[in-house]
Amino acid sequence: MGDRVSAPSARTSRAADAEAATPPSLEVRDLAYAYPDGHQALFGVDLRIERGERVALLGPNGAGKTTLVLHLNGIHDPGEGSVRVGGLPVERRHLREIRRRVGIVFQDPDDQLFMPTVREDVAFGPANFGVRVEELGARVERALEAVGMAEHADRSPLHLSGGQRRRVALATVLACDPEILVLDEPSSNLDPVARRELAEVLLGLGRTMLMVTHDLPYALQLCPRSIVLDDGVVVADGPTRELLADEALLAAHRLELPYGFTLT
Amino acid sequence: MGAGHAHPLHLPRDSAVHRLPPQVKIVAAFLGVVCVVATPREAFIVFAGYPLVLGAVWWAARIPLGWILRRAVIELPFVVLAVLLPLTGPDPRIEWLGMSLSEPGLLGAWNILVKGTLGVLTSLTLAATTSMRDLLVGLQRLRAPALVTTIATLMLRYVDVIVAEAGRMRLARISRGHDPRFLWQAGATARGVGALFVRSYERGERVHLAMLSRGWSGTMPVLSTAGLATRRAWMVGLAPVAVAAVLAGSGWVIV
Repeated sequence: MGDRVSAPSARTSRAADAEAATPPSLEVRDLAYAYPDGHQALFGVDLRIERGERVALLGPNGAGKTTLVLHLNGIHDPGEGSVRVGGLPVERRHLREIRRRVGIVFQDPDDQLFMPTVREDVAFGPANFGVRVEELGARVERALEAVGMAEHADRSPLHLSGGQRRRVALATVLACDPEILVLDEPSSNLDPVARRELAEVLLGLGRTMLMVTHDLPYALQLCPRSIVLDDGVVVADGPTRELLADEALLAAHRLELPYGFTLT
Repeated sequence: MGAGHAHPLHLPRDSAVHRLPPQVKIVAAFLGVVCVVATPREAFIVFAGYPLVLGAVWWAARIPLGWILRRAVIELPFVVLAVLLPLTGPDPRIEWLGMSLSEPGLLGAWNILVKGTLGVLTSLTLAATTSMRDLLVGLQRLRAPALVTTIATLMLRYVDVIVAEAGRMRLARISRGHDPRFLWQAGATARGVGALFVRSYERGERVHLAMLSRGWSGTMPVLSTAGLATRRAWMVGLAPVAVAAVLAGSGWVIV
């Protein structure tokens, strides 16, 4: 029940008044996509995420999760269907604004953090999106502050621990002030403490979030709502706790809770 | 800058030379070498002046003489070439300690030796006082081609990642009993290098994807205005070059 109330309560009353006018953070309609080699990855995906929601995207390997994520910021062009981010359609002429609105945190922080220092890396996104040089410093500070990495601004990403790198990767995206955060396997390769610290940071951000993961307990901890994607279609969409308690559903889509976990 | 990209040629200190904007130091080093090269080789006395200029810079940068001389050993392979010239050069020849030495060869060897050494010492001075990161920033400010500076920036970031990956692959090989001692056992290592190339290539694609997602449009955005060179910085930085230019000019006068 707590899961149900948390999404609406994140909105302010003023926002609730304007709800009819506020477009959803993410709206995917009937999205289909085949790779150039003919492999069809998505067969008509529909999904809608309201502002302030935290949603987990679950599914086995090869279900089309990554393909879907790369549609959200226009890396892939849809074969059919449409994607809208905060009301703005993902089209070539809006690409820059779309990429600002969709903040993707990739699975391997070493792919995301490519600048020699943390500070430069966090500044890279906002600088591309037209934030003036004089304001960059404050943006970088705020983003690093939000993930608890402000004191490491001048270090090389190479000399940070896995958990710290993950949080810096998150900061690089936060600095762009995205409409929706998209996290690809945020808990992979993290030790238990780093995993908990990241969860605390994510919960404290109060942002719309789509979290792609195999880590079902993490989905339960962070996301009140979950979507199961398999074979390129959405096969389930509902409160995370209910989905994870449905053993038949999990078994049908190669998902299972870790040893020793049961949900009722 | 504490960026942690320590390289063996950099000597972190807090000195006026270290604090100069990198673009000033790059230009100064380049022009300094041009002066040395432009000095006629027969103006022997002038070449005693250049070490004094460099010595003054080292003193200002608080670089110990021994530190820089040890690193100058890098020049040795080229010295070997220079030593051969007097023995193999053309006539006229002079007798010295029972050896017949070519006069143009001797002059040529002196030319290579002195100008090469001064060039190496100047480069070492630049490297000692400027971190890798600052060198790249300096090149960017000097409007070096964006592609070059971008590639170099990425290299600086990823060379350690790739080396670490190679290290892990090596560990995995020797953990399975691989013990290459002879050339014909190098096959597995060679295949490892191939695999590393493919992995690095794939990583390159993922990095590019991540860069596109944050609005990459093909040029590195300007991230900071700190360290832009003032007129004063240029004056200070180019002062040793002015002395070198006077030396080079006087070389032409006395020859």
